[in-house]
Amino acid sequence: MSSNPSTATGHEKYYVPESSSLAVRATIGLLLSVFGGGLMLNEMTYGSADDASYSGWVLTAGLVFFILTLTSWFRTVIKENIAGLNSGQVNQSYVLGMFWFIFSEVMFFAAFFGTLLYVRQLAGPWLAGEGEGGRMNDLLWPGFEFTWPPSITPQETVGGADAQVIANNGDFVSQEKSMAPADAHAWYAWLPMWNTIILLSSSATVHVAHTAILAGDRAKFNRWLGITVGLALIFLGLQAAEYYEAYVLYGLTLNSGIYGSTFFMLTGFHGFHVAMGMTMLLIQLVRSVKNEHFTASDHFGFEASSWYWHFVDVVWVFLFLFVYIL
Amino acid sequence: MGDHHHGPATGVTRWLFTTNHKDIGTMYLWFSFAMFLLGGFFAMVIRAELFQPGMQLVEPAFFNQMTTLHGLVMVFGAIMPSFVGLANWLIPMMIGAPDMALPRMNNWSFWILPPAFLMLASTLFMEGGAPAFGWTFYAPLSTTYAPPSVTFFIFAIHILGVSSIMGSINIIATVMNMRAPGMTYMKMPMFVWTWLITAFLLVAVMPVLAGAVTMMLMDIHFGTSFFSAAGGGDPVLFQHIFWFFGHPEVYIIILPAFGVVSQIIPAFSRKPLFGYASMVYATASIAFLSFVVWAHHMYTVGMPVAGELFFMYATMLIAVPTGVKVFNWISTMWRGSLSFETPMLFSIGFLVLFTLGGFTGLMLSIAPADFQYHDTYFVVAHFHYVMVAGAVFSMTAAVYYWLPKWCGRMYSESMGKIHFWISFIGFNITFFPQHFVGLAGMPRRIPDYALQFADFNMMSSIGAFIYGASQLLFLYNVIATIVSGERVSDEKVWDGAEGLEWTVPTPAPYHTFEEPPLVSKPAGTF
Repeated sequence: MSSNPSTATGHEKYYVPESSSLAVRATIGLLLSVFGGGLMLNEMTYGSADDASYSGWVLTAGLVFFILTLTSWFRTVIKENIAGLNSGQVNQSYVLGMFWFIFSEVMFFAAFFGTLLYVRQLAGPWLAGEGEGGRMNDLLWPGFEFTWPPSITPQETVGGADAQVIANNGDFVSQEKSMAPADAHAWYAWLPMWNTIILLSSSATVHVAHTAILAGDRAKFNRWLGITVGLALIFLGLQAAEYYEAYVLYGLTLNSGIYGSTFFMLTGFHGFHVAMGMTMLLIQLVRSVKNEHFTASDHFGFEASSWYWHFVDVVWVFLFLFVYIL
Repeated sequence: MGDHHHGPATGVTRWLFTTNHKDIGTMYLWFSFAMFLLGGFFAMVIRAELFQPGMQLVEPAFFNQMTTLHGLVMVFGAIMPSFVGLANWLIPMMIGAPDMALPRMNNWSFWILPPAFLMLASTLFMEGGAPAFGWTFYAPLSTTYAPPSVTFFIFAIHILGVSSIMGSINIIATVMNMRAPGMTYMKMPMFVWTWLITAFLLVAVMPVLAGAVTMMLMDIHFGTSFFSAAGGGDPVLFQHIFWFFGHPEVYIIILPAFGVVSQIIPAFSRKPLFGYASMVYATASIAFLSFVVWAHHMYTVGMPVAGELFFMYATMLIAVPTGVKVFNWISTMWRGSLSFETPMLFSIGFLVLFTLGGFTGLMLSIAPADFQYHDTYFVVAHFHYVMVAGAVFSMTAAVYYWLPKWCGRMYSESMGKIHFWISFIGFNITFFPQHFVGLAGMPRRIPDYALQFADFNMMSSIGAFIYGASQLLFLYNVIATIVSGERVSDEKVWDGAEGLEWTVPTPAPYHTFEEPPLVSKPAGTF
């Protein structure tokens, strides 16, 4: 797993960094972003108290400050590594840190996949009168039938917000078409299939890049890493096209009931993670091209990014299965 | 990059910029104590209102804000950070490491906590008031019917989650990577074991909580219908996701407490911990089972009978490893050369009262019986026996036990004992009667109640004031120790204490184990 297996269990003097302002700066950035974002959302939903709103500025300032801090944080870590401060044991800490970070991301997605399965297997059929919740259908949602993708929300079945006041967040309008292959007008125009091919290929190309750096072939490494970043960009472009298709052509929005909710939540967060992974890989590419970072035995920045990339890829495979196909 | 043998910097930047595990541990401990007092103040408001039937002091809406914030502040602000502080101080010293594995991230995971709680507390002053939907924030109370301040509550939870995940990753990396030569997994002190397993739990469930509040945010602001049946979602889904986090969370709180008690009871029994290996396996079993019992919080929600049965039996199964632990602690004391200093008193208090709380938990696990207990004061009594007499008592024991090592001064033993007895008596006066009012049907989270509950509630309130006041005595004792306590220079401090942290000088120097020690003896032997 590690590029320095021989030192993974070594006990050299462990590098403990000097006191550092990075954490406090990152805190300021994070808190400003969150506070500004919260104000902005509340103004959007509940209306603004006064006309002159500063929430957007707080959010922007926070994000810029946060990103700058993270940049200088990573820069510091890279400098320490180049200065030879990171022993094998320190590197092993980074390896463990990245591994368990990815595990926490897996659990984050598990919450949304769990939601999808719960809705499809339990909540939906129960609303339609199955199981222990049978009476719910007669009493609350008479006439509602459950299919997946759902053709209509319970609220539309009983006749809009006026007819049904329980647990109502707003007016839900079902999509005209779903993103399932059956609703695509031709197989070759079904974007998720192309996106699957692209993302699976990108996992392969990033692996080729990895073998290249292991062999010390920088030109090949740069080439294949570049191809990976390009594939990531195409993926994101196609996903944007798919969202356009959903919103404009299919009437599938966040307001389309539970199908739209789960669809956009899962694909949206996945897309966000693709963008993050692409940024990580792009930074590694710039480091290699511009600064000639990474050697055959020392390239954890790249390796960690590639693990993240494989993780994003695996999430997509599950997404393709459970959101699009099944 | 220069010489790293340095003492602490001076001034406020020492604390702001520190990468030292002892500094960060200290900040966690003080922060959590401040939150303990804040959450305690909210509890006093609750008990003052409940002193008599009828509406006296606060509006019902404000009462609900108090119960909500009391729970959130105590769970996320007081108990969890206090054990993280303890982990920071002790894990590197217990495994012979120079510091935590990722020191700068360690500092970051602390420093995002205070602003997050500032944001949470500021919701009290926002239009529409603070969150008033209980610390479990069930939808649709927390979505459709929530005050606007819920947005900031959601982001506060996000930040607490980020902090916990980073802290846990740090602990996992430290324990897996930085043990001194010879410190094999099965030689680690129990406290390190319990925290390693706790950290796994945290990394697994905090992201799920983040997912839950993110879905709330989407429902509130972007018109999704995760928790709205009208759009095909389900409010019960929220409860499933919340308790998938919430039940492991209970063990996240109590496992480090188990670890603390497993250090202290052997020290004052002057015997090694009985059944070390079985303790490790019991801890791991509890952690594993905690993932498959969540719906026992939701028996009355309308689950299929098969579901009720599964969750009932799975929950009862937890009594087995927990029983292993309780009997191991008792066996450790059996024929030991016991002495009853304050840490030991709090540990025995923990043992007795936590076991009681465990038994009421077993009662609650019985699905048909739970239909009577559900959402009554019986539940309140149950979880305060495990949260307060469990987690808080063991945390208090830990402070008394390690404080001399931390600051090189001895606390006042007589004041410590007085603190214990007032706490112990005050606690039981507060919460024991709540079993009875709960069984008799008094619901939780209400500002007013029927007349027949009046006497027990007055008792409860008096007990709560006593317990609350005794914590000020604790605060005074700790400060007096740090400022002017009698100096101790003995490395071991306690004659029965075992472990690497007792081999470094007292008070513990700013940097310890810069060169790893060689470990040969098994954990906790003489």
